[in-house]
Amino acid sequence: MIAEKYAAEIEIILAKYPPDQKRSAVMALLYLAQRDGGYVTKGDMVEISEILGITPTEVASIVGFYTLYHDQPEGVIRIQVCNDLPCALRGADEFLEKLCENLGIQVGETTPDGLVTIEAVMCLAACDKAPMFQVQSADGLSYYEDQTVSSALEVVETLRKQDAS
Amino acid sequence: MMNEFILLRHRQIPDLDQLEVYRQHGGFEAFQNAVTAMNPNDVTQEVKASGLRGRGGAGFPTGLKWTFIDNENWPHYVVANADESEPGTFKDREIMEGNPFQFLEGVALTAYAIQATEAYIYLRGEFWQIAASLDQQIEELEAAGLLGEKIFDTDFSLRIFTHLGAGAYLCGEETALLESMEGKLGQPRLRPPFPPSYGLYGKPTVVNNVETLTNVPYIITRGADWYTSIGTEKSTGPKIFSLSGRVNKPGNYELPLGTTFRELIFEHGGGIPDGREIKAIMAAGASSSLIIANEEALDTPMDYESVPNVGADLGSASVIVIDDTVSIDWVLYKTLHFFSHESCGKCTPCREGIYWMRHIIDRIHQDEASWSDVELLNEVAYQIKGKCLCALGEFAIEAVTSGIERFESDFRAKAAEISSEG
Amino acid sequence: MGQLISLEIDGNKVQVPAGTLVVDAARKAGVDIPVFCYHPKMEPVGMCRMCLVEIGRPQMNRDTGELERNEDGSYVIQFGPKLETGCTEVVSEGMVVRGMTDEVSRARKDIIEFLLTSHPLDCPVCDKGGECSLQNLTMEFGSGDGRFLYDEKKHFSKHVPLGELIYLDRERCIQCGRCVRFQDEIVDDAVIGFEGRGRSLKIVTYSEPGFDSYYSGNTTDICPVGALTTSDFRFGARPWEMKAVASVCTHCPVGCNLTLNVRRENKSGGDFVVKRVLPRQNEAVNEIWICDKGRFAHHYASSEDRLTQPLVRVDGELTPASWDEALELVAKRFKEAGSDLLTLASGRISNEDLFNLRSLSDHLGGSTALYSEMAGGDLVAQVGVGQGSNFSNLGPETTIFVVASNLEEEAPLYWLRVKQAAERGAKLIVANPRHTKTERLASHVLRYPYGGEAALVLALTNSLSTKRIDLPNEFREIERSREIQAAAKDFAEADNAIILFGNEGTGLQTSRHLAQACANLLIITGHTGKANNGLIAVWQRANTQGAWDMGFRPAADLIETVRSKQALYIAAADPAGDDPNFVEAIKTTGFIVVQELFLTETAKLADVVLPAQAFIEREGTLTNGERRVQRFYTAVPERLQTRPDYSITAQISQLVGLELEDKHPFRVMEQIAAQIPDYSDVSYEKVSAVVEQWPIIGRSDLYYGGTTYENSQGLGYQLQPAAQKGQPVSLEAVQLEEFDSGGEAGLVAVPVTVLYDRGQMVIPADLLHQRIPEPYVVVHPESIAHLGLIDGAHVRLDISGIEVDVVAHLDETIPQDVLLVPRSMGIPIHGPTPVEIAVVEQAVT
Ligand SMILES: Cc1cc2nc3c(=O)[nH]c(=O)nc-3n(C[C@H](O)[C@H](O)[C@H](O)COP(=O)(O)O)c2cc1C
Ligand code: SF4
Ligand code: FES
Repeated sequence: MIAEKYAAEIEIILAKYPPDQKRSAVMALLYLAQRDGGYVTKGDMVEISEILGITPTEVASIVGFYTLYHDQPEGVIRIQVCNDLPCALRGADEFLEKLCENLGIQVGETTPDGLVTIEAVMCLAACDKAPMFQVQSADGLSYYEDQTVSSALEVVETLRKQDAS
Repeated sequence: MMNEFILLRHRQIPDLDQLEVYRQHGGFEAFQNAVTAMNPNDVTQEVKASGLRGRGGAGFPTGLKWTFIDNENWPHYVVANADESEPGTFKDREIMEGNPFQFLEGVALTAYAIQATEAYIYLRGEFWQIAASLDQQIEELEAAGLLGEKIFDTDFSLRIFTHLGAGAYLCGEETALLESMEGKLGQPRLRPPFPPSYGLYGKPTVVNNVETLTNVPYIITRGADWYTSIGTEKSTGPKIFSLSGRVNKPGNYELPLGTTFRELIFEHGGGIPDGREIKAIMAAGASSSLIIANEEALDTPMDYESVPNVGADLGSASVIVIDDTVSIDWVLYKTLHFFSHESCGKCTPCREGIYWMRHIIDRIHQDEASWSDVELLNEVAYQIKGKCLCALGEFAIEAVTSGIERFESDFRAKAAEISSEG
Repeated sequence: MGQLISLEIDGNKVQVPAGTLVVDAARKAGVDIPVFCYHPKMEPVGMCRMCLVEIGRPQMNRDTGELERNEDGSYVIQFGPKLETGCTEVVSEGMVVRGMTDEVSRARKDIIEFLLTSHPLDCPVCDKGGECSLQNLTMEFGSGDGRFLYDEKKHFSKHVPLGELIYLDRERCIQCGRCVRFQDEIVDDAVIGFEGRGRSLKIVTYSEPGFDSYYSGNTTDICPVGALTTSDFRFGARPWEMKAVASVCTHCPVGCNLTLNVRRENKSGGDFVVKRVLPRQNEAVNEIWICDKGRFAHHYASSEDRLTQPLVRVDGELTPASWDEALELVAKRFKEAGSDLLTLASGRISNEDLFNLRSLSDHLGGSTALYSEMAGGDLVAQVGVGQGSNFSNLGPETTIFVVASNLEEEAPLYWLRVKQAAERGAKLIVANPRHTKTERLASHVLRYPYGGEAALVLALTNSLSTKRIDLPNEFREIERSREIQAAAKDFAEADNAIILFGNEGTGLQTSRHLAQACANLLIITGHTGKANNGLIAVWQRANTQGAWDMGFRPAADLIETVRSKQALYIAAADPAGDDPNFVEAIKTTGFIVVQELFLTETAKLADVVLPAQAFIEREGTLTNGERRVQRFYTAVPERLQTRPDYSITAQISQLVGLELEDKHPFRVMEQIAAQIPDYSDVSYEKVSAVVEQWPIIGRSDLYYGGTTYENSQGLGYQLQPAAQKGQPVSLEAVQLEEFDSGGEAGLVAVPVTVLYDRGQMVIPADLLHQRIPEPYVVVHPESIAHLGLIDGAHVRLDISGIEVDVVAHLDETIPQDVLLVPRSMGIPIHGPTPVEIAVVEQAVT
């Protein structure tokens, strides 16, 4: 029940927009819900629709349109490697391939322990620092730039440890 | 290199992202001067006179855009476009990380010019940490009396808010951005009406790119005459060139408009790695035509007027360098995967055409296509041309049509492989 | 209409009002510019790009601001560098549109090809085959061969139930967004939407139940391809095999114009059956929309349970009999009863039926009663909306006042039309004891306690008049409120004003007072006797107004009235089914004749049961809430031995010596015209007349508006109320009932209307069963706090001496101390009634 749990934050978010334009807050509320559960549940969508006075279908449409929202649970962390043109010109494809090899999974898959999902994504505005990836987890997003396969594996190890503790 | 940075000043002034430091270096004097001593229209006129053109890609004269604001309809809004999603573009991010107060001052000045009391910064979702810092910086500004109610004891009040997107390239397109801000799908609106008459919540709105806005404080402090002394006659001022791809030193370079490709790539960017030859240039990210990187092209000044001479546009000046190890069919493979991922699906030619092109390029790239497929790819691209609802569909064909025309041999080679096999 | 603009489209010169879109102007000029996403009833979105044309505009001289002219005086026309979408461009003076150039043809071919790259080639099994605009446009502009590899087609699921009523074929969808926009823009139920993006865009619903909207069926009409189909019609028939018959919906007083698609079918022994119900365009009534009840509930008429032969009670059992036998018995007994005969009928049957019933009763010296819990039909005849009234024309100059009505439940299309008027700028005053959807667009929302509806209207009247009428204490504050003052002002000052009064919480008595209070308000503010002004009763039956006009009146105490008679002739009414208290009263009357479609509870008590025909099997007219007389036609042959009501009555009449028309309903109408002054100028000819309507919707042509049928069989004829004929209308004092808004008296049950009830004309339609709730009541949690109920608990009501078990729903948004009881749900209720409630079982969750 994000409405109760994050009442104060919701209030701050709603205050950004004119009172008759509450719908503008839908993206921010979805981030809240996602932060809470790692992905957006149908229940979250219904709750958000009630806060904003729109239909659950309208909320679901938003979830389905934007790539940073997820309506399915995947790995606890998502490693999103940019292999768009500029990064690929600097070796991102090979980097991604090797990283997958090392983690023993394919792009789009999750490690057997349910911890890491690896994804290929479009340009993240870090083209000069390729290979790079971002890590999306319940805590938010962080960039890891100028990476090598071994530095990336270290990142994964650190995150694994954090999750365990 | 210019001796003084105008936009990337944080590279010269440490801790410029601290309000105190920023103010020590003249920060918010332009804003104070404007609010207390200039009338809003004077601000607009100064910007108009400076010749500043939009740095988001379209190059539309900024001051002129502000004059289109409909004064019969209130309130007005300023929306800063910080969606920065064009492959190869990473300049706005550096500004907001390194020199955020100058950007915010630009937003504030723009708001004053059009008398908006609310401004929003639409950031791509991946920039959430930047948004968090901006939120804090805005708070500091409010605490310092530089934002909020009755600023400098005048009647002008202004609040600035951040708004995060969530992963959709098209939300950089200004009308899709506004839809997204309203809590709807990030799909483009019909134009006209344009945002200055029908923008956020149907109200008159100025949408400007982060870099564009970051120019404004300087224009107000130093004046239009000073500004026009930088760059060329019609493309005035400094520009951040995001240099990426096969160069030794990729990164952002702030240079006057009109700097040549050669200077950027070879002097600043350190040339091509491994002693390879430069083959092609994309000047505006993935949305560019492929420029054949011959001597003439390398000597072309990067400004709004000259780049079209080599069959391309300056756009957001995201220069992607391609060397001779790269086959152009692969470049198209990459760009078409990008565009088919990002097409919003609203209009038919973009939704269906790009999907189709992507399938053809997949086959070409996997050596499963014949020359007639290459021709078909080209035809489908022309079939899309001129029919889309917004520019995304038109961007998607730039590399395709120019690539096939200008680098035909790369495609011939691909087609040859299949015929010799089969 | 405003200024006219002249332009030229493919060589045709045409004049259209300023603001018209190029595609619509072309339509007027007789040129079809093909469209997919554009629909004349919705805002243009320019998505599909099918309507690309060359548009030229006169060149302006920059210095003089004048349009440049050629030597021959014609304008110098400049064409743009790109093709433009005709659906988004507004006409301008001197514009030249070219839709037949090579470039335009190529563009059309290109767009069609794009759409087909993802479209399945299942036309042979597609329901839309034959009326599909993609098919038509492919025939017209498409290329013969495919350049796209079939293997690369995107595949989607093909039989996706969006709910149990509407199915989606995701592969056939062309992403035009018409359905999504209809739900959002037109009916304000945004329960379907797009999910995903690019080529993965797909229609989804997240509502519970799926596609939760009373208007869902309309999306299947306007979907330009076979992506959306009703579960009713899916795989049912091919469009070209069906015949189209004009009809009128019999479910509510709007009287939506329908087309019944019929065809012979093996499983019905080669008989014609109704395959689907579609809207028929009538811009003054329903435009091109209908609600799902109108579309799907018609199955009651073809139910297996229909009565198919006369029944006569022999040795206590209802036994099949011949018509002659039955009619003779009825005639004999009616003659004997004479003035002790009561004819009870409802507004479910046609004017012709009611007229004959009334004539027979008059001839025998008997009496008639209208089976209705609403009053005011006489007042509607006096101050009802004037001839020429049309919701489509209402805008800022109009105030609409909706009182005591949950409009969308009572008459969905009235809700829709009121909403649209409000969107065009009409002021909307909504007075109801609880929140309803109508309020979304209200300029003023007024609340009052249940039972206080007449007083509420008087409060408005008081604020406009110097003569104050004393109101109950509860209204002191309401009367002084600023909202009342402001609403009254908006009502009085409007050029046009219409009141719609409904049946939320009212019984016959309170309805009478409410109607009178509304009529008075209209009279004192001068809003009578002209088009777009006056009173509309939101009746519970389609032809209740017709019944009033034919002389039927509700009886103050129907049970007592029934009890006091010796013979009963009941047509189209089921009092015993609605309220068990009637059973005993009916039984005491000695001789009971029931003329019906089904063996109802009342029919089970009858001595003679006469099988009547349903509206699809016969002809007749209905008078709607705006007093528009509309005609329906015979669509399918009669069921076995059934006969139309007017004809049965005429045959009884003949046996008692009265000649009434029994064959041709138009002859009955001639008699109505001769005897009922208000109908003196009505004829079948007049009600069948048509004029061209705008917008032109079109069917299977290139400019596709929907499967909606063109109206060639009649737009109906609107009667003039007395006020419009210059006859005097008089103010009558309103009596105020003592009313109990609960409190000391405990819980009061009040009747409310829901669209999907358990009535005889709904329950036989299996299709709607999932939407029809079990009998339930709604109550505020505080009102029954002492019972500790949870939502969904089973409770026992003690109401009017009858015990019923129902489900209780808790709702904090309704007033306290009332129990809302939906009508026609098997719970006896005729008006506000004290009620006791006890727990049977807490709901198991
Ligand atoms: C597909 C598409 C993507 C765009 N992306 C961006 C973007 O990421 N950032 C940006 O500033 N402008 C972007 N634009 C341009 C904007 O629509 C708009 O022109 C710009 O924000 C105006 O600001 P400016 O005049 O300051 O450049 C994009 C345009 C299109 C058609
Ligand atoms: S289902 Fe039909 S109406 Fe809806 S978007 Fe698809 S094609 Fe259009
Ligand atoms: S774009 Fe005009 S009809 Fe679809």
